[in-house]
Amino acid sequence: MKLFGDIDLEMALAVWRRNLTVYRRTWKMNILPNFFEPVLYLVGMGVGLGSYLGEDVGGTAYVAFIAPGLMAASAMNGATFETTYNIFIKMNFARVYDAFLGTPAQVQDIAFGELLWATTRALLYGLAFLLVTAALTVAGLPILTSPWALGLPLVLALTGVLFAALGELFTSLVKTIDLYSYYYTLFMTPLFLFSGIFYPVDRFPHGAAIAWFTPLYHAVRACRALATGDVGVATAADVTWIAVVAALAFAVVPRRTRAMLIR
Amino acid sequence: MTTDTPAIEARGLSKRYGDLVAVDGIDFTIPRGEAFGFLGPNGAGKSTTMRMIYRASPVGGGELRILGLDATSGRDDRAIKARLGVIHQEDNLDQELTVRETLEVFCRFHRLRGAAAAAKVDELLDFADLRDRADSLVITLSGGMKRRLMVARGLIGDPDVVVLDEPTTGLDPRARQSLWDKLSRLKRRSATLILTTHYMDEAERLCDRVAIMDKGRIVTVGAPRDLIERHASPSVIEVELADAESAGAVEALERTAEAHASFGGRLLLYTRDGEATMAAALAALGGRPAHLRRGTLEDVFLRITGRGLDG
Repeated sequence: MKLFGDIDLEMALAVWRRNLTVYRRTWKMNILPNFFEPVLYLVGMGVGLGSYLGEDVGGTAYVAFIAPGLMAASAMNGATFETTYNIFIKMNFARVYDAFLGTPAQVQDIAFGELLWATTRALLYGLAFLLVTAALTVAGLPILTSPWALGLPLVLALTGVLFAALGELFTSLVKTIDLYSYYYTLFMTPLFLFSGIFYPVDRFPHGAAIAWFTPLYHAVRACRALATGDVGVATAADVTWIAVVAALAFAVVPRRTRAMLIR
Repeated sequence: MTTDTPAIEARGLSKRYGDLVAVDGIDFTIPRGEAFGFLGPNGAGKSTTMRMIYRASPVGGGELRILGLDATSGRDDRAIKARLGVIHQEDNLDQELTVRETLEVFCRFHRLRGAAAAAKVDELLDFADLRDRADSLVITLSGGMKRRLMVARGLIGDPDVVVLDEPTTGLDPRARQSLWDKLSRLKRRSATLILTTHYMDEAERLCDRVAIMDKGRIVTVGAPRDLIERHASPSVIEVELADAESAGAVEALERTAEAHASFGGRLLLYTRDGEATMAAALAALGGRPAHLRRGTLEDVFLRITGRGLDG
């Protein structure tokens, strides 16, 4: 089946399948940290810090305020790790893609297959977080207070697509693995701190206006809206923003990656 | 398309990287079913030519048709690659997979699933003698096993043209022998075989015809025995130059042969009649040793370029 940009879905799925084959051998070891992370943040920040904050932040318990945003960040991290270090190593050290390219697979198929896989990983990270928050909700914390929460996996997947596309875009531009520390320190960390996960973005002057141009902000807002049921036009706008920017970022990846692999 | 369509047709094929001209306007035609080798020293342009054939490099200039399809524009790459089996020079096996998983994963890239894939994996495990290592991780295999797995992986799509870039470089003699056996079997299946090598014995053993490359050009092309006949001689006598000089016999030795060259501290005497010339040479050397051997493609390269294949 051919998709936009001459992507052969069968080839992309073969790439996805290769990654699944590797992951299947290690998932038991890898999946556990996906559960630790939300527990650590929710207990450390939500319960620990939250007990000093009372019920002021966003009009709810602090742990309930930060949980949806952390869920989005968790999906972001899953997709980002896959499309930065992992792809760089497969492309430049293991030369795995050269072997793929010796088959009918083309660069755009590989890029799309990796996007699907990174999204899968993001979804796994996000769903692990969602499960923990669901358990805490059942235990009495007001985190998932609306049936709209059923839509969270969709937003987590979209968040995965977005950060997979951004990660692939960065990877298609860098020639040395050292540059990723800039991506993590100057891009990922500020996103984590200033996208409204821990406090509303208008804490800083023009905070909301600036945040509108950054990716995690929209994912955090969409997740929070679905968790609390405060869904509206703004939520639709957030989801649209994510989809459009993901498509724009991914659109340039195959050509840039081709320049690296086909010489 | 008929089977008369050549496997490869190249006209004025060239490729440059910046100021470096890697391939400098070469012409060649490889008919279907032939085993064709590119022989030459490192940097001769063999691998660049191969990369253009297996579509890992865009054509720089000239024209390239593969199985009648257009490889110049890149437009037919997917269709071309569906009919090629590519065995790369460097080890690009997936270290995180087992032998069986490697073949299974690549079945999907060749659109094989289910029973068809299982049958293909089975067949290739036998072909590569890797059945008892099927569930070993690739990282645990020896160099020879890895190369056999790479060959097996390249055969999954039942290719019409098998492309091997330096298939035995870095292998020990036994592993090389075993790989040669596999490739000979492949030849009998009448697939077109295209390989590069800087080992003359490999080219002579496997190739119906070879193109000898130097500095981006093809300096000569033909069947190995014909090239040896034409550019060298069936027999070659080697004498250490130091021995020839101390016997004061350099000129006398040179007169015994139809042609001569000196290379790497040795005097090489080219002759049709090896035994008669050997007798004359030994007489001239007065007890110092001489060595009689068959002419090889290395002699052809040496005669044409004045240099050896190693540099």
